[in-house]
Amino acid sequence: MSRASIRSISGPVLHATVSGPFRLREAVEVGPQALLGEVVRLHDDEIVVQVYEDTTGLRPGAEVVGHGLPLAIRLGPGLLGNIFDGLLRPLSGADSAFVAPGMHRAAPSTFAFEPRVAARDTLAPGAVYGIVTAASGRAQRCICPPDVGGEVVAVALAGDYREDATICTLRLPDGRTHELAMGHHWPVRTPRPVRRRLPSIVPLVTGQRIIDCLFPVAQGGRAAVPGGFGTGKTVLLEALAKGCNADVIVYLGCGERGNEMAGVLEEFPQLTDPKTGRPLMERTVIVANTSNMPVAAREASIYCAITVAEYFRDQGQDVALMADSTSRWAEALREVSGRFGELPGEGGYPAYLSSRLADFYERAAIVETLGGDHGSVTVIGAISPPSGDLSEPVTSHTKRYVKAFWTLDAKRAQARFYPAVHPLQSYSEDARDLAPWWAANGNGDWLKLRRRFLTLLDDQAHLERMARIIGKDALPLRQQLTLLCADLVNDAFLRQSAFSPVDRVCSPRRQALMMRLVGRFVDLAEAAVAAGVHPDRLGELPSLRPLQRMGEDIPDAELARFAALEANLDRDFAELMRSHGAGDATHR
Amino acid sequence: MRLTAEGAATRIEGPLLFLRRTLDVGLNDAVQVVGGDGRTRLGRIAAIDESFMTIEVLESTSGLALSDTVVRFFGEPLTFGLAPSILGRVFNGVGRVIDGGPPVAARQTQRIEGLPINPVQRAAPRDFIETGVTALDLMNSLVRGQKLPIFSGGGLPHDRLAVEIATHARLRHESATGGDFAIVFAGIGVPYDSAEFFRRSLEQFGALERTALFLNLASDSSTQRLLTPRFALTAAEYLAFVEGKHVLAILTDMTNYAEALREVSSSKGEIPSRKGFPGYMYSDLASLFERAGCIRGVKGTLTQLSILTMPADDIGHPIPDLTGYITEGQIVLSRDLDRRAVYPPIDVLPSLSRLMKDGIGERYTHADHPALSSQLYAAYARSVQARVLASVVGEEGLAATDRQYLAFGTAFENDLVSQPEARTLEQSMEAGWRLLAGLPAAELTRLSDAQIAAHVAPRGAVRADAKR
Ligand SMILES: Nc1ncnc2c1ncn2[C@@H]1O[C@H](COP(=O)(O)OP(=O)(O)OP(=O)(O)O)[C@@H](O)[C@H]1O
Ligand SMILES: [Mg+2]
Repeated sequence: MSRASIRSISGPVLHATVSGPFRLREAVEVGPQALLGEVVRLHDDEIVVQVYEDTTGLRPGAEVVGHGLPLAIRLGPGLLGNIFDGLLRPLSGADSAFVAPGMHRAAPSTFAFEPRVAARDTLAPGAVYGIVTAASGRAQRCICPPDVGGEVVAVALAGDYREDATICTLRLPDGRTHELAMGHHWPVRTPRPVRRRLPSIVPLVTGQRIIDCLFPVAQGGRAAVPGGFGTGKTVLLEALAKGCNADVIVYLGCGERGNEMAGVLEEFPQLTDPKTGRPLMERTVIVANTSNMPVAAREASIYCAITVAEYFRDQGQDVALMADSTSRWAEALREVSGRFGELPGEGGYPAYLSSRLADFYERAAIVETLGGDHGSVTVIGAISPPSGDLSEPVTSHTKRYVKAFWTLDAKRAQARFYPAVHPLQSYSEDARDLAPWWAANGNGDWLKLRRRFLTLLDDQAHLERMARIIGKDALPLRQQLTLLCADLVNDAFLRQSAFSPVDRVCSPRRQALMMRLVGRFVDLAEAAVAAGVHPDRLGELPSLRPLQRMGEDIPDAELARFAALEANLDRDFAELMRSHGAGDATHR
Repeated sequence: MRLTAEGAATRIEGPLLFLRRTLDVGLNDAVQVVGGDGRTRLGRIAAIDESFMTIEVLESTSGLALSDTVVRFFGEPLTFGLAPSILGRVFNGVGRVIDGGPPVAARQTQRIEGLPINPVQRAAPRDFIETGVTALDLMNSLVRGQKLPIFSGGGLPHDRLAVEIATHARLRHESATGGDFAIVFAGIGVPYDSAEFFRRSLEQFGALERTALFLNLASDSSTQRLLTPRFALTAAEYLAFVEGKHVLAILTDMTNYAEALREVSSSKGEIPSRKGFPGYMYSDLASLFERAGCIRGVKGTLTQLSILTMPADDIGHPIPDLTGYITEGQIVLSRDLDRRAVYPPIDVLPSLSRLMKDGIGERYTHADHPALSSQLYAAYARSVQARVLASVVGEEGLAATDRQYLAFGTAFENDLVSQPEARTLEQSMEAGWRLLAGLPAAELTRLSDAQIAAHVAPRGAVRADAKR
């Protein structure tokens, strides 16, 4: 333990004179309230500390204490189902309605432990030595820290233990002994090691049609959601957190609204996990640094969140991390950097913004864990560009590191067309690799239909520009048809309300059926127009409205109704062609 | 503890006063700086080291001298003395009584910075507030505990709208004066007549004795503007979370606040971000706007209705932009509608209430409310597109459906947004259904067949062939 004494303080930054060794990035406790801080500079006998909490009342002469360890968090079975602040200190269980500085760690809870090893076994780093079960019944693995391995000297019998109790003792190769509890500490800024990275060929199924079908993200992939205020980033991220097929969700509220966190806390326990049927909250960890909580901790919160995600990945789980919003993190970085007098770069951000973003997104991966399992971390980050301008630094740098990019469009949002993902300004580099998965999961035409839809939407934009000059009616019939079909793709397929009880999540099976039906309409319509039918007549087909509303009207439990809808569609078109033929005949 | 330092000043630079440190004081502690002119100014300790301290003077520093400046230390951060009797009183921007009455006998004091509400302790706001304004009630519903600003422009009737909302707001099945209701009004850099308009209107509606007014007028010190909303919100939090009242806080004009923030930041020599505003403006504004909401197990609620004027009517300007990123939606006023005598001139498309979804629907307002508002949005957005099209190719060049949309858009603005008097939610919904009856049923894809059959078909002659 080393000590230092505060020499000067201004805002969250303090200088202190040391009487003992400190390391760069060492975690420290500051003043009588033991506020958490981090050493950010060393200079002769002086350290510069960034404090993560409100420094009001601190004064020169107060003590700074360090333990020689970097900023680390305790990982363990108590994470799931709970909410933490930006430094992973529990927010629940506090008796006051307000968050005061100097909050302390939670009392450890008790879990049922079952050993998976016996004395004399050899444990490699990352290996499983036991299973713990929470009161909810969800089992988690106890894994060796990535930097510890040895021979088991003793292991606890099956039973209930506090999460910080020693349940396994190892003899390390150098002869020392090492005690393991149910979890362990890990420094947040250091990525947890893995055996190797694997190629990602399986999508994170999100249950959102525009994402899964047009701009999919792979498990272990990286996606970004830029959009101006109110365009639907948070709702989309929450919809993904509710509906995606990950085993564990880490939801990071980074500089956003307190009410949104409260909403998640209220809603998630009542929803069910699509994968296990258990309450959704049981697979969720929330890390919250709301916009009115200390900015310095915002900078650290993103690392805490991803470290938690990696921890579950290392247990062989597929994890999805939603970060809302990475812009607030970048701004915190900018603010902290400004306080140290660093030279500002583009947009006032420090020059290392880009590399920090790269480091963060690089921690997303699908891997073979040290323990030999497969696990993944998929990262989805919201971006809040100033005045919705996508050329700003955070968006443009992020774009270089993500493979799926979902741009939210203010126009769509204003028309209450949700999700407001703009089909022409979004992309996915993962799509091609994921086609085989869709083919194996009942949608062999996925790639073909996807391309078809995208082409229609692209043509639509082009034709609408034309129509603005010459009028819609002046367009050739084929092009009028394109407009009609593109409208249908939008209305019948891409629109999906996150609050609809029927449509908020769409199973891959239902997506395939809907995709196919829209594709079928386009085929039949093209054939009809080629045969001389006027596109306006297609707008009157009785099955068009059921098609436009199928997302709202046909739930996952009644998939057979899609076949009936298709039959009606075929019949309508057959009728149309017949009457058209007859009409032709009479005209003649 | 109240200690004094005399003759310790070594330097004055803009709002910053440098003192030799003669006392053991803490960061952010409040101070009173008394100049040779006898005027007292509030300040706080912004930085300390072993031998010096920096005081940020929160009011004008002009007139201060090094020799005769006296600094009194409070030994704690700035606080505000509170009691239920603050209602009916008028304060200046730094919490001093200015209505000629006696000072408030404080029951408790609170730090004006407040503390973040623990998200775990927040209760999701759900109580629909009927304001009588269709563009709000039907299209962008306000709920208790929400923070919903009005984005306006110079010369637009935002003050009138705010007063109407404040005095009309009620839960359904509750009278406007019923319930334990209070208003906290903060005038931040507003002209005297605007402050007077609020005071008089509230008086007219008999709401003045339920109101605490905080006035920092345009003629008052601009640095004080940073304190005004903090004093006002501290009062609002007290009334809501200690006294259990349903508080509506009206902060106007947040643009003046942001400009004061820029002024102070630049005089401190900080590196500016967009348009000269400091990089921390987002966090700073959030520290105000987040002071709203509902708390579990507490009866009172705090709803914020702030007004900001968008510089040059630009919604992308940093002030509205950052605000929009923090608040739970925004009500945007349109100069164009105002010119066309539409009152209230609410531009519905860019307006948004994010908490609407939690406060409407079957259990709260009406089962068809969400679908109706979504359909109206879709149709109005289409009509605006049709308008753009018509402006180029002429109305004759439009397809039949687009012409119908054109008519819909006009009716939407004149008959739904514009309203001669307050409407109940039912009246607003009725107006909405009636408008939709002017469109072909095939276009109403956001409504279910049942909704069309029940509400639209009976109100209009929707012909199957209307499309052509
Ligand atoms: N998928 C959706 N389905 C239905 N409604 C949606 C959807 N997405 C957004 N909305 C509506 O839009 C509103 C704003 O969305 P949201 O809060 O997600 O915006 P945001 O992009 O996160 O904004 P900010 O950057 O200010 O946080 C929501 O309150 C909701 O009413
Ligand atoms: Mg958001």
